[in-house]
Amino acid sequence: METLIILLVGVLTAVAIYLVLSKSLIRVILGTAIFSHAVHLLILSMGGLKKGTVPLLGEEAPSYVDALPQALILTAIVISFAVTAFILVLAFRAYQELGTDDLEEMRGVNDE
Amino acid sequence: MKINDVILKTVSKAAVLIIFTFGIYLFLSGHNEPGGGFIGGLVLASAFVLLFLSHDSETISDAIPLDFKKISALGVLIAFASSTVPMFFGQPFMSQSFGYFDLPIFGKTELATVTVFEAGVALTVIGVVVNIIFSISEDE
Amino acid sequence: MMNNIVLLPMLLPILVGVVLIFLRAYGRVQAWFSIGVMAVSAGIAFYLLEQVQTNGILRLDFGGWEPPFGILFVADSFSLLLVLTTAIVATIILLYAMFSAGKFLQTTYFYPTILFLIAGVNGSFLTGDLFNLFVCFEVMLLSSYVLLTLGGNKRQLREAIKYVVINIVSSWFFLVALAYLYGAVGTLNMAHVSVRVAEAGQGPLLTTVSIIFLIVFSLKAGLLLYFWLPGSYSAPPAVTSALFGALLTKVGIYALFRVFSLIFYHQPEITHTIIGAMAALTLVGGSLGAIAFNDIRKIAAYNVVIAVGFILVGLAVSTPNAVEGAIYYLIHDMVIKALLFLLVGTIISLTGTAMLDKMSGLMKNYPLLGWSFFITMLSLAGVPPLSGFIGKVLVSEGAVESGSYGLLTLALLSSLFVLYSLLRIFKNSFWGETIVSKEDQVPLKKTLLIPCLLLVLLTVGLGLGTELISGYVTDAAETLLNPDIYIDAVMGGGES
Repeated sequence: METLIILLVGVLTAVAIYLVLSKSLIRVILGTAIFSHAVHLLILSMGGLKKGTVPLLGEEAPSYVDALPQALILTAIVISFAVTAFILVLAFRAYQELGTDDLEEMRGVNDE
Repeated sequence: MKINDVILKTVSKAAVLIIFTFGIYLFLSGHNEPGGGFIGGLVLASAFVLLFLSHDSETISDAIPLDFKKISALGVLIAFASSTVPMFFGQPFMSQSFGYFDLPIFGKTELATVTVFEAGVALTVIGVVVNIIFSISEDE
Repeated sequence: MMNNIVLLPMLLPILVGVVLIFLRAYGRVQAWFSIGVMAVSAGIAFYLLEQVQTNGILRLDFGGWEPPFGILFVADSFSLLLVLTTAIVATIILLYAMFSAGKFLQTTYFYPTILFLIAGVNGSFLTGDLFNLFVCFEVMLLSSYVLLTLGGNKRQLREAIKYVVINIVSSWFFLVALAYLYGAVGTLNMAHVSVRVAEAGQGPLLTTVSIIFLIVFSLKAGLLLYFWLPGSYSAPPAVTSALFGALLTKVGIYALFRVFSLIFYHQPEITHTIIGAMAALTLVGGSLGAIAFNDIRKIAAYNVVIAVGFILVGLAVSTPNAVEGAIYYLIHDMVIKALLFLLVGTIISLTGTAMLDKMSGLMKNYPLLGWSFFITMLSLAGVPPLSGFIGKVLVSEGAVESGSYGLLTLALLSSLFVLYSLLRIFKNSFWGETIVSKEDQVPLKKTLLIPCLLLVLLTVGLGLGTELISGYVTDAAETLLNPDIYIDAVMGGGES
């Protein structure tokens, strides 16, 4: 199971890298979102994938899952949510101001 | 930009109420079950976003005269201030406590201080999400 | 006895910052509140520093969860020295901001964002948990994104997009490194990780993980991977670039020191050699950049890069002298980079241009500014009575002790390049024919000069009064070189 998830992480990362390296700003943003999904899956599988109940006192279960990766992922999701939201707004403003969403045209050498 | 879509408007009026209820349920159940401030806040925010989508943003801003930037600030303030309280009782930052109380209607209920923190988180999430939608949609 | 006070350098800026959001319309009130809270944090940091000298390392377990289960803040001399310097430098920068920032900036959440940035910086210095370090980094970075875009002219927006995307990618690397580390040792508490790594021995797997961490922190610090730095540090207003130049890269440097002295110190022939090579290349690249450009903001930004390379030479060599020197230089660099960016900003606001060839003869009209710049230049080059000297001497001594003559040569040569690049600014902008007539000259507000003079005093004071802080620096270096002190303080017993 872990192997399968790791392969999935690899595929997602490859997709994300392809998108981030493209010229269109909106694709770059989608790429960063997929990046964060990939790494969240990686963290989850690093904690070990197994069947079990929540690690709470009073749950008399034969096995428990590791709660820490889940807590880490939740925090990471919140952060990536905030960052993605910010960069979306930024991209929109930049598009309004600069009149382009092509990163090639944003290199900006001439006007300085 | 005025949208005049009767079906969307009618459905969203009903849906918003359901989403609000569900959001509050998620928020309150978060202590022992899946849910909590962040998720509850997201659901509540989605209700606001739905309102902005189905009606135009001017109508809704007039109907709900709230500054969502200040709501998110208030949320952060509540979350951090409530975490600070234990420091005045000689406990470490972010300590929490809970107790059982007899409330008039609900009977014996477990009340935990962490709920205040979660309320702050929920408010922050609502404020931030609505703000983002606002700042993208503002100047059409 | 709980040490809740350890948290205050991070908590106070956040609380005050949030309150300031409600005072949006009152720019002056916001400024005074921010200055006040930074001055208070400086006092707290100093008090804690004294406490650490008498009682040893302090720690605070959040919510009473004892390590390694909860997250915690750990305050040792190294962290606290940096927190103290941050607070002092930030106070002075805020003073400059109050007088220089326009009406628009003053009322668009400028001060709250600065306070959040400082909260993130202080949090990164104080945390004892690697994931918490990530969170504090993100608090800092999000604030820096906002600061970079505030004002929103075309150049800022353009640079912000690159800056944000690069930082998202580096945060991604950070999470990957955390995931691998957690998979390998099953904990993220720094002291606990250190114990586990020492028990298991730092095999090839852990060394690889350490190199991912190296990539992450190098991106943040601008060690070799500094390609993003000159653009984004030269785009925003002077206050913002002063804050960035003084604080942001220093957090990356701090993280490098912490991680490679506390956790991954078992394979120095691999990790520290790589750091040394990267530092050498940074020195070369930074030096070339500093003399290549005509834009004084770019020159200042490349000076940041050179300093990063120089400080990391100290980590690469890792002898007691070198580490001590690196800490001295780190403190010096926070002060002097803030000063450099403020002066550059002032020059630009006076001349209306950032191009060297379009300014001349400022000395006649603004002598005080000119001499401040002169002292800054000497201090950056490491001339004796000023604060840059002691750091340079100690790092060089360390390099000699360990026989790294290549690094030593590059480090000393880079000082010459620093001197040359700033001398170019000094000669072109202050010397020469005064091209502005008496009537056209823009009056220099005294209020802008005062913060700069305060920083000049600080650099002179740090140079002359080195002995006052030498006790703290020695203690900081000792803790860095003996991970056991840190581990004992965190893991040893419930009572701190």
